Amino acid sequence: MTQDETTTTPLAEALGEGGAVVREGTPADAVCGRVPRFVARPPDTAAAQALLAAADRLDLATVVRGNGTASDWGAPPRRCDLLLETTALSGVEHAAGDLVVQAGAGTPLADLQADLAAAGQRLTLDPLVAGGTVGGAVATGLSGPRRLLHGPLRDLIIGMTAVRADGVAASSGGRVVKNVAGYDLGKLHTGALGTLGLITSATFRLHPLPEALRTIGATAADPETAQRWTHAVLGSGAVPAAVELDWPADGPLSVRVLLEGAEGGIDARARTVADVMDGADVAAGPPTGWGVLPGGADDTLLKIAVPIGHVAAAARLVREAARRQGVDAAVGGSAGAGVLFAALPASADAEPVGAVAAAVRSAVEGAVTVARTSPALAGADLDRWGAVPGLELMRAVKVRFDPRGLLAPGRFAGGI
Amino acid sequence: MAQPLSALIPRLREICGDDGVITDQHRRRTYESDGLTYHASTPGVVVLPTSTEQVAAVVRLCAETGVPYVPRGAGTGLSAGALPHSEGVLVVTSRMRRIVEIDVANERAVVQPGVANLEVTRAAAPHGYYYAPDPSSQQVCSVGGNIAENSGGAHCLKYGFTVNHVTGLEIVTPQGEVVRLGGKAADAPGYDLLGAFVGSEGTLGIATEITVRLLRSPQKVRTLLAAFETMDAGGSAVSAIISAGVLPAAVEMMDALSIEAAEAAVACDYPPGAGAVLIVELDGPAADVDAQFDRATRLCREAGAFEVRTADDAAERARIWKGRKSAFAAVGRISPAYIVQDGVVPRTALPEVLRRIAELSAAASGIRVANVFHAGDGNLHPLVLFDDSEPGASERAAEVSGKILDLCIEHGGSITGEHGVGVDKACQMPEMFSPDDLETMDLFRSAFDPDGIANPEKLLPTPRLCGERPGVRKGVHPLVAEGAAEQF
Repeated sequence: MTQDETTTTPLAEALGEGGAVVREGTPADAVCGRVPRFVARPPDTAAAQALLAAADRLDLATVVRGNGTASDWGAPPRRCDLLLETTALSGVEHAAGDLVVQAGAGTPLADLQADLAAAGQRLTLDPLVAGGTVGGAVATGLSGPRRLLHGPLRDLIIGMTAVRADGVAASSGGRVVKNVAGYDLGKLHTGALGTLGLITSATFRLHPLPEALRTIGATAADPETAQRWTHAVLGSGAVPAAVELDWPADGPLSVRVLLEGAEGGIDARARTVADVMDGADVAAGPPTGWGVLPGGADDTLLKIAVPIGHVAAAARLVREAARRQGVDAAVGGSAGAGVLFAALPASADAEPVGAVAAAVRSAVEGAVTVARTSPALAGADLDRWGAVPGLELMRAVKVRFDPRGLLAPGRFAGGI
Repeated sequence: MAQPLSALIPRLREICGDDGVITDQHRRRTYESDGLTYHASTPGVVVLPTSTEQVAAVVRLCAETGVPYVPRGAGTGLSAGALPHSEGVLVVTSRMRRIVEIDVANERAVVQPGVANLEVTRAAAPHGYYYAPDPSSQQVCSVGGNIAENSGGAHCLKYGFTVNHVTGLEIVTPQGEVVRLGGKAADAPGYDLLGAFVGSEGTLGIATEITVRLLRSPQKVRTLLAAFETMDAGGSAVSAIISAGVLPAAVEMMDALSIEAAEAAVACDYPPGAGAVLIVELDGPAADVDAQFDRATRLCREAGAFEVRTADDAAERARIWKGRKSAFAAVGRISPAYIVQDGVVPRTALPEVLRRIAELSAAASGIRVANVFHAGDGNLHPLVLFDDSEPGASERAAEVSGKILDLCIEHGGSITGEHGVGVDKACQMPEMFSPDDLETMDLFRSAFDPDGIANPEKLLPTPRLCGERPGVRKGVHPLVAEGAAEQF
């Protein structure tokens, strides 16, 4: 960065004292339509601590960004004075023999996976949104298809360092998988959209790359058939890594099952799965178009988490509710884990979106949230979260970690 | 009995009934410790609620009057996490033991906290399902206690800990409010309080209803026992298996001294002359297990195993596991007293740490260390053996035990892999975490328990606590003696 790009106002100087590179915000930096006054990039955790402590002193609301691929998730922050970029918080320590890696928040996830793959390992996180950073993935807390077997992202995190609103850095967990010392604060930061602190690094457990893969796919006549297959596959003893449902707005519903394992055993397992799905095809490679969110990049996305026996009902409900509002919904996600996404067209107004969410909410056990809105709805008056059990405890946690409400205020559940 | 507490008793009787409140000194004393008997304190009063409403009413009363309370499940914990407060209420969940629902379609079980861990599997088994976390005390330990401790078990290498299997909780907060976190569905909106609650050792509240995942019982289970001349050879077999991409359900290892103790106690008939035995268990789809099992067997032989035994049915498997499961109790046969330690090191540091433990033992006269451990995840359970009639021996043993934890920390590990911090290791927390880390953890705790009445003086260090010695066990745990529990 050259001198003339650097801002030299007293506020910017104060923010840069700890070593962060500070510049003025531009419309390109907007978070859900909020243009920050300043953008700062701390080079390390110490600088990030100084930066947040300064922001706290100066009463500046801070929003954290990695590569910005999920800046449209969550509600728009009520204030965004400072955008903190994590991209310089890098550094990867891979303990291959221990199947553990520690990565700086700014590390691009794809780079990390490439490094791990070279050692025959992976972080079992299928990125639903491509191009993100490690910290962004953790703060967004999304898990892809293989969560079915290997658990959601939060189950793969074994340690974390995060900086509180007042600039104090605190670690929890550690660098070993088995560890019950102290509170697991990493759970709180995972999926918190940066409202409890700045994640500077996370430590993950890894898995060896599987020797063999098989994908078994078939078209289902209706969601109930897909549900029946899912139940049969889960009960077959074949131990799938993923069971995905994909129901595009204009096409037939399909179910795809991913198996991972030893070369010597995988074909027998694939036959077991194919036997319970009519007209199934078996493919040797990884599935194409795997683990992506339904719909287009600008569509509004509902996240629907239900008991696994209710997936068909939820998929049908959201389609029908959308149709009643005159829009088409594309549905996809983990039938095995009971977590679906429904894409409503970017052109859909707040009213139909709200009506679809409300209709599904009232009919299913679980939760329906408006996870991401189309750009046009960023500032819309929408009930994004529905009922949030435990909200008072969540507020109590927020108040202790961020007493002045300066970390992405309003971006999270219940207006936190 | 302290004044405020005696004033509480009539109200506790109104809430829990006469048979739900224990004030008699002798009966209260039966609750004076959990599985770590070195720490003991007679509770001020014991209550045995039968419902969520009763738990909430008791806790609300405590909150109103500022009286501390301590939750207790089956009392099998090994970190004095359920050590009673002498001026407080001990809330025992043992009468809340109803299996509310086995929901096969959604692969969930809903249980009350006093239900024993193994009862969940027993209830699910007829449907072809089981509950994966299997702490060694699973015949008696309660699911509520498992929530508090985030219990693991021999098979957590592959299947994870309690936290990976709980999808919903109803809790009573330290202010006496009933809150639901999660349910049968995944990914409840908001902060993951559910995930943070599991393993919070009773300091954030009491779980009064628990929803857990049920897993389909594996198609096939195969177990091998490999005997090696040295621990190093056994350790290199473990590394080879894991590096080959094989993920066993369990990998357990015992050294010569623990084998000797197990032979003395249960005549497990392990291969004579073994300096180390390794137990490897694989489960899953039959075809997959067979392929991986052959590979694991070959890797053991390549690493120098002089004998490999295999088990393909439950009876043969039980014979292989017999020595391992008896190891904790068995050392009572070869030593008058012992300390069970629970530390974790990165798996690759195991050979180095085991050598250093041997050096520590050699340097402390009369102190032997038997090593029994979950080799797959680096979770050590060194048994520090000593003769407590010998002057100074217990202090030397405690010192060796403490230095083993120092070794774990030095190698980037943890002071506890599964037993928890409780009272026992609260004073070691500052060796693993900075003051800022601990202060932040305390902030989190205070969000749930602003008045500090829920299991006080557990988990985080307090000035009053520190300086006490880690727990010393003599002989056999009472529950083991009566055949109600195994420890391994």
